[in-house]
Amino acid sequence: MKTLLIKGGRVIDPSRNYDQEADLLIRGAIIEAVEKGLKPPAGTETLDATGLVVAPGLIDMHVHLRDPGYEYKEDIFSGARAAAAGGFTAVAAMANTKPVADDLSVIGYVKERAARAAVRIFPCGALTKGLEGHELAELGRMQKGGAVAFSDDGRPVVSASLMRNALQYSKGIDALIILHEEDPSLSAGGMMHEGAVSSALGLRGTPAAAEEVMLARDLLLLKYIGGRLHLAHLSTAGSVEMVRQAKAAGLNVTAEVAPHHLLLTDRAVKNLSYSTNTKVNPPLRTEFDRQALWEGLIDGTIDAIASDHAPHHSDDKDVEYDFAPFGIAGLESTLSLLLNELSAKRIKKLTLPLLMDKLSTAPARILRVSGGTLQPGSPADVTLIDLKQEVSVNPNTWYSKARNTPFAGYRLTGVAAYTIVGGEVVMKRGVVTEKEPVSHR
Amino acid sequence: MQALRRKDILSLEEISAEEITLILETARSMREIMLRKIKKVPTLRGRAILNLFYEPSTRTKASFELAQKYMSADSVSVAGSSSSLVKGETLKDTVRNVEVMGVECVIMRHPVSGAAHYLARNINASVINAGDGMHEHPTQGLLDLFTILDKKGRLEKLKVVIVGDVRHSRVARSNIWGLQKMGAEVVIAGPPTLMPPDLEAFGVKAYDRVEEAVENADVVMALRLQKERQDCGLFPSLREYAEIYGLTEQRVANAKDDLLIMHPGPINRGVEISSSLADSPRSVVLDQVTGGVAVRMALFYLLLGGIKEE
Repeated sequence: MKTLLIKGGRVIDPSRNYDQEADLLIRGAIIEAVEKGLKPPAGTETLDATGLVVAPGLIDMHVHLRDPGYEYKEDIFSGARAAAAGGFTAVAAMANTKPVADDLSVIGYVKERAARAAVRIFPCGALTKGLEGHELAELGRMQKGGAVAFSDDGRPVVSASLMRNALQYSKGIDALIILHEEDPSLSAGGMMHEGAVSSALGLRGTPAAAEEVMLARDLLLLKYIGGRLHLAHLSTAGSVEMVRQAKAAGLNVTAEVAPHHLLLTDRAVKNLSYSTNTKVNPPLRTEFDRQALWEGLIDGTIDAIASDHAPHHSDDKDVEYDFAPFGIAGLESTLSLLLNELSAKRIKKLTLPLLMDKLSTAPARILRVSGGTLQPGSPADVTLIDLKQEVSVNPNTWYSKARNTPFAGYRLTGVAAYTIVGGEVVMKRGVVTEKEPVSHR
Repeated sequence: MQALRRKDILSLEEISAEEITLILETARSMREIMLRKIKKVPTLRGRAILNLFYEPSTRTKASFELAQKYMSADSVSVAGSSSSLVKGETLKDTVRNVEVMGVECVIMRHPVSGAAHYLARNINASVINAGDGMHEHPTQGLLDLFTILDKKGRLEKLKVVIVGDVRHSRVARSNIWGLQKMGAEVVIAGPPTLMPPDLEAFGVKAYDRVEEAVENADVVMALRLQKERQDCGLFPSLREYAEIYGLTEQRVANAKDDLLIMHPGPINRGVEISSSLADSPRSVVLDQVTGGVAVRMALFYLLLGGIKEE
């Protein structure tokens, strides 16, 4: 069996609080050993990781791959290549495709294609049929078919009674529910955060309360019913505080934050002169919210960082602000944006092991999927990181089909150097090398 | 006379006090042309202008078209509907097509805030924003400034009160920026549901009661109240609005004696303003309209006039 020695890197494994220089030996698709001065068997290929960080493969627990149905925006293969380029060994794909992934057959389609993609893809099933919020989707059948969680992401569950039933039913099959928290009557017509900037720009606003009202309701239901809730892309200070209190009260809730909410505020809409690349849901909030999100991330209120990769074609985005769809494509910028914050030392108590936890170990734990660890015996999903390399965000060179990012032109320090999935190098210094390149349509 | 060193007129927020002064001064000369028996100068002979209105307009469209005719420009007016934007040709394609026919300046009214910025980014021709969503209506702001300056002789240190639906008003936004840049004090008044969600951006004070706001005011500007705001629950009825916030002689009694009454039109008589006030000697509503043509002529002169021929 093929062996690969990753030699001389700084090995960080948040699952074991491990952070030291060591070698990592992979046999076949499995991590065999992590030690200093490993003596590899004859014929072992060596990857010199001197000066690099060796981390458990990053897992982006919230992406939109648009496949099936919107392959002109992204497909499973292009999205997987983008993930590999960005240092991710696995992604969880949301269900708002066409047809909606609300049925075993669509989950099967995703799994079948995922088997030939560059990285691991964990499908999420819809929580309700057609994402319509009326009837529960077949959660149990989809779970058996490989769905790792259930979400109507992109839409909230409007009916409180359906939400209650979903929680109650999910307990029977021990399923994770991922929620996009938004009261649509408060956010109706909203194009950006409601505040001073929306007032000046004359754009309709989505108040912070649109997220908080719904999140409060669902925490109350979770307290009453039980179940496992994960809150997608928190964007407000109020949300962070409510989750903090819920966790202190022992509720089974986890949360994620997107890099654009950690790095940008509503002022970006003005500074970029109404660029639709700033149009995202939930919207970019205020500096106060941004600071609260970092605090929540550092103190553990927010468990994970996920890109909410929402690829769109320029035909859809290159229009007047109101007419553009919401979303930022983030798979190929997320890691560098965060590493750059680390190297700039702007955020107190932000450390590399903490980042690796939020990007790998925590998502694996929340989704209950393999990975997130370098423990011998685990699948050999590994991301190598170069903390020193400078890159600039250039969406024209992306593997993703999408170009919609407000970060174009950003110069950042730190980037993924190698992405290894199941013992195979799928990305080397920015170049994605699939074992079996798939041409798509 | 010097020219404006900019390609577009998109908002008054982005324009300097010096530029505003230049535009207002130029507009004075333009008004003299309007008072002549033969209202025509050859300044823009052989220059092509497109008027692109994605929302209905009577006053603004007529004003721009007459300004173009008085200056001998060749112009075409196209009425679009916002639904055709979504379904059919994109705005970018529409205007790029017209641009290659030789248009040097596009006047656009559009229901989406920021549409004028989007257009200006995508074409080489000059863009004049004739109203974009709830954002700005800079030529209306300029004509209001022109009217006040004409009647009062100054803008500095005047107290101007804007009453009504400031939240959804592009006219209010342009006036707030323009007036403050020229040294006037601006306050706003109206029901809290029709005030902008966050006033920090504007640096103006908001009052719940019109009577308080107009104390010692030099100018009161009423905004048009749209019936659809009632339908989405922002106020209970036109009747109640008129009773509590409508401008009447009595309600503006605390203002200065030489108070100017303004309204961007079209007026809902008996709702945001009483007929007796709108038609009173203190009302300058029609002067605003005359000033509108003069200001638009001034903008054409300063953006296009003569410079490219040399």
